[in-house]
Amino acid sequence: MVPLTWYLLVATALFCIGVYGVLARRNAIAILMAIELMLNAVNLSLVAFWRYLHPTATTGQAFALFVLVVAASEAAAGLSLIISIYRNRETVDVENIDLLKG
Amino acid sequence: MTLIQAVFILFSILTLGAGLLTVLSRHLFHAVLYLIVSLVGVAGLFILLEAEFLAGVQVLIYIGAISILIIFAVMLTRGMARNPGPPLNNQSLAAAVIAGLFFVLLAPVVTGFPWPQAAPGVPADAIEALGRSLVDPNQFALPFELASVMILVALIGAIFIAREKR
Repeated sequence: MVPLTWYLLVATALFCIGVYGVLARRNAIAILMAIELMLNAVNLSLVAFWRYLHPTATTGQAFALFVLVVAASEAAAGLSLIISIYRNRETVDVENIDLLKG
Repeated sequence: MTLIQAVFILFSILTLGAGLLTVLSRHLFHAVLYLIVSLVGVAGLFILLEAEFLAGVQVLIYIGAISILIIFAVMLTRGMARNPGPPLNNQSLAAAVIAGLFFVLLAPVVTGFPWPQAAPGVPADAIEALGRSLVDPNQFALPFELASVMILVALIGAIFIAREKR
């Protein structure tokens, strides 16, 4: 049997990789991919908690499903925004997207 | 070390290694492919956790839908893909320090807590109970409907925003 701690450590490491990607990447699509990694890490920890602490309740899996729905809508809306920005400004580099900078 | 533990370590290395390559690879298209490998690893971990339905949903929605969406976005913004500049910005060192510090702070919390050692068994009808709870008015029927409306709004908004203006 794999201890719960191992799953939580993998989820934590995956989340930190996502944090690094969000902070360090220049391309907006790459930042979205890093956000997907973070959402996956959260899902992994939710399912691990469900399996080890409360397998008779459906709450853990249902929560993970809702996170998945939110991730899908976030990807659709975010990617359409990126495509729209690219059409107007010919770049998806977040350092060049500074319209709101004073 | 048991077989399950070996399989767990294999999937963990797959997930974390591909995740690291996702945030580090120079070409955006390679990053998407590594992201898919990482998502496959997470699906494998779901199967190890006996959440088979979520593993299937992970493959169908994340790998089948979201990755394809990201690949389309990479293709439509191909000026970046053809001429990749430096993939990381000038604060990447500070970002690495912050992410590493976050892990160093979280890991003792995770390992220090007295979690129960043995996991109770999963009931045989877990998937059926999950499906019933999603349409049960006393459980998740309202969040379920709200999530449906939200993804509908997000998709219509995505079509409207990304549409070619004439």
